[in-house]
Amino acid sequence: MNLISLLITSILTQNIILTKFLGICPFVGVSDDEESGLGMGLAVTLVITVSSILTYFIHHYILIPTNTEYLRTIVFILVIASLVQMIEIIMRRYFPRLHKLLGLYLPLITTNCAVLGVILLNVFNNYNLIQTIVFAFGSSIGFLLVIYIFSTIREKIRTNPIIKSFTDFPIALITAGIMALIFLRYIGG
Amino acid sequence: MKKKTFSFLGEILNENPLFVSSLGMCSALAITLTFENSLMMGLSVLFVLMGSNLIVSLISKWVAEEIRIPAFIVVIATFVTILELLMKTYVPSLFQALGIYLPLIVVNCIILGRALSFASKNKIKASILDGLKAGLGFTFALILLGTVREVLGNNQITFMDKISPLTGYIAKYQILPVNDIIPNKLFLSPAGAFITLGLLIGIIKAIRNRGGKDELN
Repeated sequence: MNLISLLITSILTQNIILTKFLGICPFVGVSDDEESGLGMGLAVTLVITVSSILTYFIHHYILIPTNTEYLRTIVFILVIASLVQMIEIIMRRYFPRLHKLLGLYLPLITTNCAVLGVILLNVFNNYNLIQTIVFAFGSSIGFLLVIYIFSTIREKIRTNPIIKSFTDFPIALITAGIMALIFLRYIGG
Repeated sequence: MKKKTFSFLGEILNENPLFVSSLGMCSALAITLTFENSLMMGLSVLFVLMGSNLIVSLISKWVAEEIRIPAFIVVIATFVTILELLMKTYVPSLFQALGIYLPLIVVNCIILGRALSFASKNKIKASILDGLKAGLGFTFALILLGTVREVLGNNQITFMDKISPLTGYIAKYQILPVNDIIPNKLFLSPAGAFITLGLLIGIIKAIRNRGGKDELN
């Protein structure tokens, strides 16, 4: 049952965007319209889940036995970079339609803090393999959910009057703050 | 000379990575709970920025165009690892407090941004100076955000607490007598972080274009 609560908290109360501030750059930058928000979200989901599983094995079967845990930051970022490259090549070859939808966002993902952040959280929280998969999946669903809701809100914001200095980033951040308040309410019930 | 220093300061404010270009928001929002954390995070980014700018400007001649980003990321990650090891040894409580946001400096857009857009095309001295400028600007922004959040949320400023094993002092100051102000914990929550940063960026934007009229869009 712990796994179910882990899944729910990672989607809602421990949402990576709204409580851990991971992946803010694409969140305010890309999510201008629904479609690109969804594309980015899907690409991130894929990379987070696959790279979490991969780094779990690398961390437990290579880094810990050889006592080189201090290299984890370098190793993890390399894993992400090569994985993103690999997914792009495979996608272009076998799923050209999917590549057309997500291809633009894939290179950006290497430097997306959400991916490295989730991987580091897995390690910091000492999750086992199943927990790692559940947490990675839940976090990316949370990412997808928030980025989608946010892109729809943002379309509404654009058609409404806002003080000039507060357009774009400031209003996006304040909106995110209000969303965070709503999401955090799930803790207290 | 004086004019030069002045323009240097002006650039720190006018080209501020956080307030003007909205880069590096991840760490800016997460660790600005106290003045001390903000300052230390700022200095960490400053260290990594200057180090990576130095190395990138040295090696960029020999790095092929296609592997630029991964190569530079490894340079950045190396400096972050050095910093992690130092901090873990000398100030473990600060290491704990910064948590995942210390290794996350690797993906801080400011650092890769400066490496790609400046250090890879310029000489060593200019690159280090550029790193110093961007790093100081980021540190300033973090301190401002951290101070506002800590004063409003906790009615105090922490100068030295986590780094006290190194300096030997603990310095925390209350700003107002407790009865006068009830600290609002909202500012210490994630929601408060978003709202405070949003308001700060908006206010700074308004000050910067005070020449023009600030009207409804």
